[in-house]
Amino acid sequence: MNLEFSPEEIAFRDEVRTFIEENYPDHMRPKPGQGDLTREQYLAWHKVLGEKGWSTPAWPVEYGGTGWTSTQRYIWSEENARVDAIPPLPFGVAMVAPVIYTFGSQEQKDRYLPKIRSGEEWWCQGYSEPGAGSDLASLKTTAVRDGDHYILNGQKTWTTLAQHADWGFFLCRTDPDAKKPQEGISFILVDMTTPGIEVRPIITIDGGHEVNEVWLTDVRVPVENRVGEENMGWTYAKFLLAHERSGIAGVARSKRGIEKLRAIASTEIIDGEPLLEDRSFASKVSQLEIDLSALEFTELRTLAGEAQGKGPGPESSILKVKGTEIQQRLTELTLEAVGHYSHPYFRGFPEDGANEFGIGPEYSFGAAPSYFNMRKTSIYGGSNEIQRNIITKMILGL
Amino acid sequence: MDFNFTEEQSMIRDSLARLIREQYDFDTRQKVVNSDSGWRPEMWAQFAELGLLMAPFSEEDGGLGGGAVDAMVVMEEFGKGLVVEPFVPSVVCGGGFLKHAGSAAQKEEHLTAIMGGESTFAFAYAEPRGRYNLADLETTAKKDGSGYILNGHKAVVIGAPWADKLIVTARTGGDRRDAGGISVFLVDKAADGVTTRDYPTVDGRRASEVYFENVAVGADALIGAEGEALPLIEQVVDEAIAATCAEAAGAMGVAHTQTVEYSRQRKQFGTPIGKFQVLQHRMVDMFMEHEQTISMTYMATLKLGEPEVERKKAVSAAKVRIGQAGRFVGQQAIQIHGGMGMTEELAVGHYFKRLTMIDSEFGNVDHHLRRYTDLSAGEMKVAAE
Repeated sequence: MNLEFSPEEIAFRDEVRTFIEENYPDHMRPKPGQGDLTREQYLAWHKVLGEKGWSTPAWPVEYGGTGWTSTQRYIWSEENARVDAIPPLPFGVAMVAPVIYTFGSQEQKDRYLPKIRSGEEWWCQGYSEPGAGSDLASLKTTAVRDGDHYILNGQKTWTTLAQHADWGFFLCRTDPDAKKPQEGISFILVDMTTPGIEVRPIITIDGGHEVNEVWLTDVRVPVENRVGEENMGWTYAKFLLAHERSGIAGVARSKRGIEKLRAIASTEIIDGEPLLEDRSFASKVSQLEIDLSALEFTELRTLAGEAQGKGPGPESSILKVKGTEIQQRLTELTLEAVGHYSHPYFRGFPEDGANEFGIGPEYSFGAAPSYFNMRKTSIYGGSNEIQRNIITKMILGL
Repeated sequence: MDFNFTEEQSMIRDSLARLIREQYDFDTRQKVVNSDSGWRPEMWAQFAELGLLMAPFSEEDGGLGGGAVDAMVVMEEFGKGLVVEPFVPSVVCGGGFLKHAGSAAQKEEHLTAIMGGESTFAFAYAEPRGRYNLADLETTAKKDGSGYILNGHKAVVIGAPWADKLIVTARTGGDRRDAGGISVFLVDKAADGVTTRDYPTVDGRRASEVYFENVAVGADALIGAEGEALPLIEQVVDEAIAATCAEAAGAMGVAHTQTVEYSRQRKQFGTPIGKFQVLQHRMVDMFMEHEQTISMTYMATLKLGEPEVERKKAVSAAKVRIGQAGRFVGQQAIQIHGGMGMTEELAVGHYFKRLTMIDSEFGNVDHHLRRYTDLSAGEMKVAAE
């Protein structure tokens, strides 16, 4: 066991840092107080990385992965978080791609993977339904065979950024008579421009438009868009969810968040002194940082296990639960730090930003909306209650 | 000891609850919140007509002879309905300053107008660098002949866009953060040199940044004694906190009830999610937090008239407990509603937002924990001597 970076790893870090400094598209950075990001802002860094060949480090090398060790990937996340980089969205890179390269046909790999890597095609996830959230296997959207096509009907919900998506991966019921709800589901790739698809926005409590309902009415999809075998979709779906969970810890970003919180608390004044020198506030920041260390080393142990061939297993539920709790507490403390200026609400103001209004310090602009928004993290990707159920069953054997 | 409400108080509660039920349902509330003005002056007039705005004032002052308990009754109902109209800024704060320290002429001119709903007040106390310390003031009022000249910037003045009058705290002497040298002024919002920048707040109300640039006021603008206003400010703020705690109690109760109801309706794995023990116990914890919130609200409200230290400790204790309870109940209401709780469309998310923001009004958990601790330490010292 050893925590030191080797000289090669330090050289790698320097290379990565220099590349980011020289190539990060700073002109696409969100303005303070900006609400929803634009499609271009989400994709700007992804496209640069796609050209460099660094957009999909975790993929197998044969499909365009970088072949980095887990330490190199760790360094990569840290360096990206250092500059608040907007990372490639997970729906293509980290969710559907592993399913395609693990279970898909050669044609599917050739068709989809390069455009996911380059950022040319945007993906969304058609999993949850109004009646199928935590109990995902009870999903009702149907795909009925009609010659060379499936006809899809149903409604998906909480579909993140579907308003920008070119493609979606949908879980659909192909065998309504299957004995168990987990059986009879297929994993189908859908061109979002197909007639019969309607994307309706859901506005969340922070005022943002991140999630959508996706309505499917007689949507004709070629049979060759099914990944793997018919009725085996649940296996792929679970495989994907374990991948989703392992990326969800967000350690590097939370570390950066604590740095920013400290900067805010050094500027905020309480009785003439910086808030960060207030014992009770400083203790809360320390506690958060301690909990983040515990998460970080748990993630590093998990990654080391993966490097030795153990796939992401039920342990990834620990990362999801602890990672999201930390992200939520971080926004809670930031909200607390900004005090009175957590109240003003700027969405819908001209330019959708408050800069020119000069109301409160810049760092206060998104504090309350971020706190509201981050409540989603303990709900999505399998609620934290469901994660605890997974640990109960799969690890404790109860 | 008696925890019963008087007949008048019960009547106020019932008629207000009916009015909110009939004219302040969630959809209507959202329309009002998203409208240009963000409130309904005609609703305010109805509140006045029902006598709500005069309920907490003595008959001598032209009120209905009630007090803090009446304000508590009103604010609990406001909390249940997520009412945005400015009862705390105008009646509890504006009316509070006049009631405690207003001259006969000031009461005659302004308190009557507050009670009738013809005049609306906002309380400009917070400053960009003062955090929750009521004495940490950079706004100044310099003596000028018989009157004063005000300069400064007040932050996040809740209800100011709807107000025609402002209560302003300012330094007439002493150094920043000194207990002495603080005064309170009644300023016309339309006075020369007053500028405001209005904006919505994250929980559906309206506020302003208020700037004073060489604002000249007469001697009659001073409320109470010059340079000695801090105890008065603390008294009024404690009353405002007690009323806000009542609002939190009302909002928390609805958030809890809606969550329990949702857990009955929402089925996953073939059963209502309310049947899962982990959620049952969570909702029991929410219930207990709400019950304790009501208890602490009563306690703080009933001790508003006690000697200074006892009053302050009671109010801070309530604000600490309610800040914590509001956070827990709000967060869990969202969690148990799942994705639905995250939507703008459902009321529960708006209760969560209001409960969240109440913590940072008039001092958050940390501030009041510190105040309570300091007061206790002070008592120990006195006892030791």
